[in-house]
Amino acid sequence: MKYRVRIERRLDISPSVQIGAVIFSLVCAFVVIALIFYFLGVDPLNAYRRILIGGFGSIYGLSESLTKAIPLLLGGVGLALAFRARVYNIGAEGQILMGAIIGGGIGLALPNLPRGLLLTMMFVGGFLGGAIWGFIPAFLKTRFRVDEVLTSLMLVYVASDLVKYLVYGPWRGPEQRGFPYSSPFSSSAQLPHIGITRIHYPTLIIALIAVVFVYILLQYTKFGYEIRVVGENPSAGRYAGMNVDRVVLFVLILSGGLAGLAGVGEVAGIHARLGPPEGISPGYGFTAIIVAWLARLNPILTILTAFFMGGLLVGGDAIQTALNLPSATIFVFNGVILFFVIAAEWITNYRLSLEEIHD
Amino acid sequence: MSNDPSAVLMKGITKRFSGVVANDGVDFEVKAGEIHALLGENGAGKTTLMNILYGIYRPDAGEIYINGNKVTIHSPRDAIRLGIGMVHQQFRLVQTHTVVENVILGSANGFRFREEEVRKKIEELANRYSLAIKPDARIWQLSAGEQQRVEILKALYRGAKILILDEPTSMLTPMEIEQLLKTLQRMTEDGNTIIFITHKLDEVTAVSHRVTILRQGKVMAVVETNKTDERQLANLMVGREVLFRLEKEPLERQEVRLRVENLTALNDKGLVALRDVSFSVHGREILGIAGVAGNGQRELLEAITGLRPLTGGKVWLGGKDISKASVRERVDLGLSYVPGERMTALVPNMSIAENLILKGYRKEPIAKGFFIDKRQLLQFANQLIREYEIATPGPEKPVKLLSGGNIQRALLARELSSGEGVLVIAYPTSGLDVGAIETVWRILLAQRKEGRAILLVSDDLEEILTLSDRVAVMYNGEIMGIVEASQENLEKIGLMMAGATRIPEEQWV
Repeated sequence: MKYRVRIERRLDISPSVQIGAVIFSLVCAFVVIALIFYFLGVDPLNAYRRILIGGFGSIYGLSESLTKAIPLLLGGVGLALAFRARVYNIGAEGQILMGAIIGGGIGLALPNLPRGLLLTMMFVGGFLGGAIWGFIPAFLKTRFRVDEVLTSLMLVYVASDLVKYLVYGPWRGPEQRGFPYSSPFSSSAQLPHIGITRIHYPTLIIALIAVVFVYILLQYTKFGYEIRVVGENPSAGRYAGMNVDRVVLFVLILSGGLAGLAGVGEVAGIHARLGPPEGISPGYGFTAIIVAWLARLNPILTILTAFFMGGLLVGGDAIQTALNLPSATIFVFNGVILFFVIAAEWITNYRLSLEEIHD
Repeated sequence: MSNDPSAVLMKGITKRFSGVVANDGVDFEVKAGEIHALLGENGAGKTTLMNILYGIYRPDAGEIYINGNKVTIHSPRDAIRLGIGMVHQQFRLVQTHTVVENVILGSANGFRFREEEVRKKIEELANRYSLAIKPDARIWQLSAGEQQRVEILKALYRGAKILILDEPTSMLTPMEIEQLLKTLQRMTEDGNTIIFITHKLDEVTAVSHRVTILRQGKVMAVVETNKTDERQLANLMVGREVLFRLEKEPLERQEVRLRVENLTALNDKGLVALRDVSFSVHGREILGIAGVAGNGQRELLEAITGLRPLTGGKVWLGGKDISKASVRERVDLGLSYVPGERMTALVPNMSIAENLILKGYRKEPIAKGFFIDKRQLLQFANQLIREYEIATPGPEKPVKLLSGGNIQRALLARELSSGEGVLVIAYPTSGLDVGAIETVWRILLAQRKEGRAILLVSDDLEEILTLSDRVAVMYNGEIMGIVEASQENLEKIGLMMAGATRIPEEQWV
């Protein structure tokens, strides 16, 4: 008796299939990563145990995971919205950096304002910085039909070089003895934390509000309905008289702005100064893409996936030092997971089954 | 001949798709050298059965014999090796390649491409079966009929002796259909076998030797064509008496609701698609636009609905100049539109309820300020589902699960519930089965009676004559004439569709 694999398209995709596909894709990713560990000469089980313990195994680990979940959540929920409109904003990383520049710049320029006012201005400025970085690809797409994938990604490097220029040049603090950092923020430009942790809770609260906002927008409002229609079938949107360009502009500006808030959170909540771009955001904008897809573009679920990915980042840091792995390990991690999560998209749309061949 | 094994013998074929039985123990036999029609409504399982024969699907149960030998067909490649060729409803050609390149696609052996040899063989085949074709033309330059000839050549080039044609006439002009039927006859004279999937009764009687009728995945009957008639075939196909003629009661037409004057517009390639098109549609009237598809109909409807910019002329809706109005303004003024490509007016993955509000989501009572009232939404959807008898397990199911007929019901339900006076509708029954056609026609006639002005684009003359009060014929972007919709004018309409005659504007009705 012979068997062969048959592929069929699924029509009605149930939630259990969706969840199953996500779990399956993660398992596949972890198997591949285990192989990588193995070839690096590291016992994969030991590595995973340490990642788990590092990210989720202690109060400290959990608090660090939550800290890293904050920018991931702000970035991820915005991207989930953009991707729902089928607008592929790949440039959240650059939008985070622009938020950090504008928000941080305000903090450096007006150090003596009252704390509440200054922090509010920094967040507003950071939102605008990210939003402008989202607006540029949106403008090019709606006006000249330029693909937003390319423009938003390229703008990451522009933002990154802009940060470098500022911290090596005009914004370098005189007391930094030549190191590429700005002067430290005044205390009123710094975000408060929960206890001794690094959880800058105002940003966390803003992120959770953003999640609820995006959820209500998509599910309960007229404009959210337009976003979903345009994302699923732009020709139906035009047919119904919807302004497709307005949707593109809105989701890019909002997702950019939310990423910009994340940038403010990082500089005002963690570093308390501006520094080299990879210090401000070690790829949060890219990991946020995984956060959005892992949540299957459901804004509420990004809370879970942001925390999960935050934990992986923390655990990844832990094994890099403990097991002497190259620092790029975590990027390999991210890449493999994203690959399989996007492959899961295919799994949910098709069904594989074995069938007997009678000869 | 009776001792020869059958060219195709399928026994007890069963095929399920996620719980739906598409083929249920189907026995299907085609004799060598015959044209065999496979007749059935949409969803009867015709295409599934043929896709099994061509190796695209594997049956859940059943056996297949080709020329008397039991075979297992794993893929189209196996089918081609067995001498089976298939011309799909949607052609599978590379648009930017030439005819020759498309014909050898997938059948070239080795690295070298002996173009001269291939060309000679193609020309030979083309001559023998009168498949007029330019070997070096690129596919995108060809009409649907010419592309179909390329598909047939492709199958013949690969050595097909058994040719499956899936709804081969659905995209052809009457003249092209006649040409195709001649080609098929020619092919059977050379000993080829033809299987012809269709739901058009006149083609069955015109060309086939025998016909197998499928209904809901089961074989209803196998009959010899010359021992049956269209009425019997129709009954076998739908299982009940069909009303082919609907009574269109004479009505006094009302004032003009939609008027276009000297409309000009470009097509997607930037060429002139509409040339000075003028006509008007009254309340309580259906104006039919007859014509072979691709003569500017789509551009006309898009120009009227605002999806395509005008390069000249004017559009009036109820006395208001809407030539420069946006799509949204036209929608809000009560212009309803059911396009020919239905899926461009729907969101397949969204629920039926959410599709039903695609036009009404902006307005009370479904809209409440910035928000959509979910309770009103469901209530509205349930009401339309009941009123238009849309067969669905529930309003929350994605619209892509609906059958073609129910999709059209849903579209009509939405457009007629949101619009206020003018309905523009294209190819309202294309791809629908007889039962669904009847429903759609009844809905349109009822709307006419209620005072709606309907602009109907169709390439089906029976439909045009059944529904319309007047018929305008489009050819090459122009209106060739407007005549009363009557059987007496049928010949005139046909000639105008072919561009052979034109009625001076003073004589238009």
